[in-house]
Amino acid sequence: MKKTIITVIGKDTVGIIAKVCTYLADNGVNILDISQTIVQEYFNMMMIVDTNNSNKAFADMCDELEILGESIGVKIKCQREDIFNKMHRI
Amino acid sequence: MINIFEVNETNAMIEKENLDVRTITLGINLLDCADSDLEVVNEKIYEKIVRIASKLVETGAAIEKEYGIPIVNKRISITPISLVGGAACKTPEDYVTIAKTLDRAAKKVGVNFIGGYSAIVSKGMTKSDELLIRSIPMAMKSTDLICSSVNVGSTKTGINMDAVKLLGEIIKETAKLTSDKDSLGCAKLVVLCNAPDDNPFMAGAFHGVSEDDAIINVGVSGPGVVKYALEQVRGENFEVLCETIKKTAFKITRVGQLVAQEASRRMGIPFGIIDLSLAPTPAVGDSVAEILEEIGLERAGAPGTTAALAMLNDQVKKGGVMASSYVGGLSGAFIPVSEDQGMIDAVVEGALTLEKLEAMTCVCSVGLDMIAIPGDTLASTISGIIADEAAIGMINQKTTAVRIIPVEGKKVGDTVEFGGLLGYAPVMPVNSFDCSKFINRGGRIPAPIHSFKN
Repeated sequence: MKKTIITVIGKDTVGIIAKVCTYLADNGVNILDISQTIVQEYFNMMMIVDTNNSNKAFADMCDELEILGESIGVKIKCQREDIFNKMHRI
Repeated sequence: MINIFEVNETNAMIEKENLDVRTITLGINLLDCADSDLEVVNEKIYEKIVRIASKLVETGAAIEKEYGIPIVNKRISITPISLVGGAACKTPEDYVTIAKTLDRAAKKVGVNFIGGYSAIVSKGMTKSDELLIRSIPMAMKSTDLICSSVNVGSTKTGINMDAVKLLGEIIKETAKLTSDKDSLGCAKLVVLCNAPDDNPFMAGAFHGVSEDDAIINVGVSGPGVVKYALEQVRGENFEVLCETIKKTAFKITRVGQLVAQEASRRMGIPFGIIDLSLAPTPAVGDSVAEILEEIGLERAGAPGTTAALAMLNDQVKKGGVMASSYVGGLSGAFIPVSEDQGMIDAVVEGALTLEKLEAMTCVCSVGLDMIAIPGDTLASTISGIIADEAAIGMINQKTTAVRIIPVEGKKVGDTVEFGGLLGYAPVMPVNSFDCSKFINRGGRIPAPIHSFKN
């Protein structure tokens, strides 16, 4: 299973998780894990998701999430998990 | 499973510390394009490059998007053109037509550069090699994306001093013909000793005859990441310093390895090598000189610089080698003056001289790189500089190179602007004592003895 990492960073506000999750649900993306912290009022979230059953093209999902992020004042990044595994695991 | 801190670390490297993959370079064999009819050669070259590289830029962009890692350049390296054009080209002008074809093909597929307008003359020059070398100034003037290189020596063969002499003149002529762009042509022309067949970095990239028909080579970068990591261990001893550099180099290289494998898989072209080089850019914080400063030098060029650079270079290799299945190319820290803000500052402040740079090239890749010198420097003096650098490479069994720009109409103290990744450079003074009798002797310097190492 190819996993994808979604990171959300920005000023904390009401409904960030709700909006991101709604988008993912609407596009058939399954959330496997969520971790979240607040560092100096900054919202910092990482999601591990499975996009295998989504019919959305990966690049389109990246762009749409980025636009969604802009609309709620946070930065959303969507990356394949491999880059992190390669860098941090031997 | 990956945790949030690891994800944040990787993304901070990319967003704040300028981590990028510097280049995906697609090597293409053009030996099968040789023909005795010049028109046919040009057609075949154009057709093959466009066919094989058609998906390169789009594949690079897709990988960039999916992994969130910038891939700065997509490039092509080709078989040294003196081997491909030999049967068809009877004059330097004939070679220029091939240069124009290459330029057209590069623009068609959208790459940043195409390297391999080259000749390998480490022992002797064929007629074809000489014609190609003589065509370089005109080729540089009439194209935008061509990079040219000439290998004038090797540990196995010695140094071809006839070629060294000729190249002093060719560099001067290239500077003159491209004087309207601050002699930019010379920034795309490099003279090498012990040139590797699989280097993905420009201007010295070419696709050697020992290579596959097509191959993907990747050059990683990341001076900014190393500098940031070293900031966290300020004042610690060398053991801690070296461990930190190794770990960082490992992480950087793994990203390169991933990108290389993906590019190879998606394009159906075998993966060649990862080049483990710390390649600076003019961006603040993406500088090898700043790493040297972080190690403890006031400015690059201060006493201790050569030792610090030797250590840095070695640790980058030690960390990188484990991260990749195949390592090759130049693999070392680059010290191009115009492309590194810290180097530029060091030169302006008088900390760094040409002689110190020469010493530094003994312990790192690659050589005297992107150095602007006065336009009235004699051709024989440039040849002397090339010979010195080639001698360092020959004796130390390493790649060395000279990419020096005698900027037309400029003198010491002036500044030259090349633009983009090539940056800007202060014109540096050159030792003006004469070496023309040495250069004019002709012939070649014999291969060195491989024993009694002292």
